[in-house]
Amino acid sequence: MTTSDLRLSARDLACERGGRLVFESLEFDVAAGEALVLTGPNGSGKSSLLRQIAGLLEIGRGQIELTGGDPERALGEQAHYLGHLDALKPSMSVLETIRFWALYLGGSAAAAQAALDDMALGDLADLPVAYLSAGQRRRLALARLAAVPRPLWLLDEPTVALDQASVGRLRAFMAAHLAGGGIIVAATHLDLGLGTAKSLRLGAEEMA
Amino acid sequence: MSRAFLALLLRDLRLAARLGGGGGMAVFFFLVVIAIVPLGVGPDRPLLASLAPGMLWVALLLAALLTLDRLFQADYEDGSLDLLSTGPLPLELVAVAKALAHWIVTGLPLVVSAPLLGVLLNLPSAAALPLTLAMLIGTPALSFLGSVGAALTVGIRRGGLLASLLVLPFYIPVLIFGVGAAAAASGGFEGEAGRQAFLLLGAVTLASFAVGPLAAAAALRANLR
Repeated sequence: MTTSDLRLSARDLACERGGRLVFESLEFDVAAGEALVLTGPNGSGKSSLLRQIAGLLEIGRGQIELTGGDPERALGEQAHYLGHLDALKPSMSVLETIRFWALYLGGSAAAAQAALDDMALGDLADLPVAYLSAGQRRRLALARLAAVPRPLWLLDEPTVALDQASVGRLRAFMAAHLAGGGIIVAATHLDLGLGTAKSLRLGAEEMA
Repeated sequence: MSRAFLALLLRDLRLAARLGGGGGMAVFFFLVVIAIVPLGVGPDRPLLASLAPGMLWVALLLAALLTLDRLFQADYEDGSLDLLSTGPLPLELVAVAKALAHWIVTGLPLVVSAPLLGVLLNLPSAAALPLTLAMLIGTPALSFLGSVGAALTVGIRRGGLLASLLVLPFYIPVLIFGVGAAAAASGGFEGEAGRQAFLLLGAVTLASFAVGPLAAAAALRANLR
């Protein structure tokens, strides 16, 4: 996975939602080992941009390209998308949930167990998801990223509902991903502590 | 890819088994509808016997429709569908896995209960086997065609009724050939016609395998974006 020539770039990107132009002529370049932090007021298109990169939202104009990745797979298949919704089923246990996503996304069952331990959820493995707190649910969603290696992480407010210790764990986790040659694009209001991160401010025109 | 398919299929079966609802509710609905038919028609046994195959098929269609709306909606609402679409499995195969799970959970129990409920309608014993066989061949089409309606209405709250309206016209061939196959075997018309009805029913099901997942995936894509 350490493809050092990995590069995610966008050219002249525009996004339209419900007839409203959210942003236009957006450009960025992120290389392997780099993070891009998206900031901006509510409604400035941070989530929309992440969904566009993941292939979940139509690209109005312009293009997004991942070079140096696996040419056989679509951009969305090389990315982990962590959105506002946790994609968790209340009636499945913690272990069943992570096992399913690991197998579905192309990982292994053994990696699933390790991912739970990474997120300090090992003790809760047999608990149904219905009984998890908001922060624990978030950690379970994050465990997917640890279970299946993918070069590009798209994180939408990854720290929501996390306590201080978990945020610290997430920071180390993200730093390890970057050190391994991965790319992170994150939308956040909090400082994620990624010292070298590039930042992209959306919706600046509206503010001026 | 086949591992992802299997994982998704098993997850859906497991969820259905835990949550109940789906299959059990469909069978219960089927039972209630069949139980009230004699009350409406009257205790005329020859009349009930001649109505039985048609009534069983109609009630089965309605019971299957009842369970369609949650086919994709639950995954759409909690964000699972977003992630399913970033997996190695194309959305077409996601639709196949979910339609197959739907058939195993609702179609199969309905087929198994049909000959038992046939007793309530004085279904001729000679017709029970061909009717069950026809339902076994025809019910997968209900799940695969139904998945298209469920995918089209995935973003609509309480879209179940709309999905039913969209899907029901496409169920008509299944109904016609299904009843034909059962009636032929129970002596309505002999030999060749019954065989043809069975073959046509099979053709409808095969066509639904080919068209259903493509259409459902296209509808899901349109709804996701």
